[in-house]
Amino acid sequence: MDNVILHASKIKKTFGGLVAVSDLDFTVREGRIKAIIGPNGAGKTTVFNLITGILQPTGGEIQFQGNSITRLKSYRISSLGISRTFQNVQLFSNMSVIENVMIGRHPRTSSGIMSSILSLPKKRKEEKEVRKRAMEYLEFVGLGDRFDESPENLPFGKQRLLEIARAMATEPRLLLLDEPASGLNTKETQNLARLITEIRGRGITILLVEHDMELVMGISDEIMVLNSGQKIAEGLPREIQENDEVIKAYLGEA
Amino acid sequence: MDKKNSLTLLILTVCLVVFPFIVTNTYYISTMVFVGINGIIAIGLSLLMGCAGQISIGHAAFFGLGAYTSAVLTAKLGFHPWCAFFLGILLSSCIALIIGIPSLKLKGHYLAMATLGFGEITYIVFNELTDITGGPSGIGGIPKIYLAGYAMNTDIKYYFFVWAFLLLILTLSLNLIHSRIGRALRSIHDSEVAANAMGVNTSKLKIQVFMISAVFGSVAGSLYTHYVTFVSPSSFGLFFSILLVMMVVIGGMHSVWGALIGAALLTILPEFLRALKDFEIFVYGAVLLLIMIFLPRGLIGGLEYLFNRLIKKV
Ligand SMILES: Nc1ncnc2c1ncn2[C@@H]1O[C@H](COP(=O)(O)OP(=O)(O)O)[C@@H](O)[C@H]1O
Ligand SMILES: [Mg+2]
Repeated sequence: MDNVILHASKIKKTFGGLVAVSDLDFTVREGRIKAIIGPNGAGKTTVFNLITGILQPTGGEIQFQGNSITRLKSYRISSLGISRTFQNVQLFSNMSVIENVMIGRHPRTSSGIMSSILSLPKKRKEEKEVRKRAMEYLEFVGLGDRFDESPENLPFGKQRLLEIARAMATEPRLLLLDEPASGLNTKETQNLARLITEIRGRGITILLVEHDMELVMGISDEIMVLNSGQKIAEGLPREIQENDEVIKAYLGEA
Repeated sequence: MDKKNSLTLLILTVCLVVFPFIVTNTYYISTMVFVGINGIIAIGLSLLMGCAGQISIGHAAFFGLGAYTSAVLTAKLGFHPWCAFFLGILLSSCIALIIGIPSLKLKGHYLAMATLGFGEITYIVFNELTDITGGPSGIGGIPKIYLAGYAMNTDIKYYFFVWAFLLLILTLSLNLIHSRIGRALRSIHDSEVAANAMGVNTSKLKIQVFMISAVFGSVAGSLYTHYVTFVSPSSFGLFFSILLVMMVVIGGMHSVWGALIGAALLTILPEFLRALKDFEIFVYGAVLLLIMIFLPRGLIGGLEYLFNRLIKKV
């Protein structure tokens, strides 16, 4: 399980004069949980946006399973097997909980405009299958009983779980989680930790941005520390905890 | 399509068949023809605006393209009406593609401005291309259209003709909404970034739905041409584009049924208010204002609310 699934080389992103990510190199190994930590504004979310094609890098290259994804459109990257959740939850508020997850099946299904408009039998069969699969992902995150509600009715912690279910429905090889524990209470966070490990158990590689150090140290195989768009440390959780520069970056911020 | 929609569609069909037997006044039948024509465009615009969340303030242009293609080709060049009808659809969808690719990259007010500009340019072309369109004085002498050997030459025949088209388009639209593609369109409405990240090719889908709504507009335009047998640019200007947006919004953006109800209200209301003479525009404005204040989800939203209350009571 030592294959590199994601490789970023010298990726760079500037917004006007602001350098959000600066010549960053890193790799993610298949089947691992890798965490990215760092103070607010360090560039963590920007890294996610670059990987998922939501932002185009100013420079550098990103490879996924050996192929460059640097210039690909966001939806293409998703169908190749990278999915994500959002730091500021981005659910589809005008759809039911289950429909949100059904969207996740979009890249794995094929009914086009014609078969949709004419409601061909193939389409109806596919719809049934999509609903069934979506329900399985909802049950996986423990939201099976709330499938018909509006996502806005869910408490915040459950909205984060719904985003995970939606991302899982795309059958990713690599899952990016952007601060999944923020706004969660202790019990919810413990549940989340168990869920993330279970996802990894299904063979899905995880890249995690998180501020909750207990969670990060508890489940990560490897940690990368960003500050001002640059990598200041990388290693095992234990090594990171003892790293002087990391301590300085965090204390400097506080 | 689910049970609720199928049932509503059935009830609507029955009402439409019964209507001309109860109301025989040709003036009312003729008004209903216009409700049908406007309804067809409004349903298309509702797919674009309500479903996918993309505004167009230039949709009268597609109505005009269909109308003029039918008018020019049949009255001036002797084409078969159905041939002109399909060429109108082809032309409108091609133009929607060309306009849609750059415009639909824009969002909100910018998209509104781009489509408004497109509508105005088309309007100017209708006016200025005198050799083809007849300029401001328009084109007359448009032949009647035939269906299976029968000329659609009376109000009552045209009523059934137009509403058959509308029911077909409504059925196809409801199918579309309740499908993988419809769901993807709705996801664009809520969060384009998240939709993309979930593998939805949002740029392509937006262009496709824009083209579908253009086709519906063109169909309505051709139907209009063969009914009134005369076209001039004034029917296809900014005012009509705005009226179409109002139909969708007043009726209720979240449902194509809303578009149909909105089209009915905004087509019929002016006919009723005509008796008020100088006060017409005042009452008209007041009705629209009251609907928007008290029914933020449109007329269909209000009906749904009443219906749910009724069900709870029973
Ligand atoms: N779309 C954007 N436009 C302009 N500046 C941005 C944008 N996205 C992020 N930034 C800036 O880039 C820096 C890194 O932000 P971000 O990646 O969100 O940090 P983090 O997720 O580590 O808190 C911040 O200074 C932020 O203000
Ligand atoms: Mg962030």
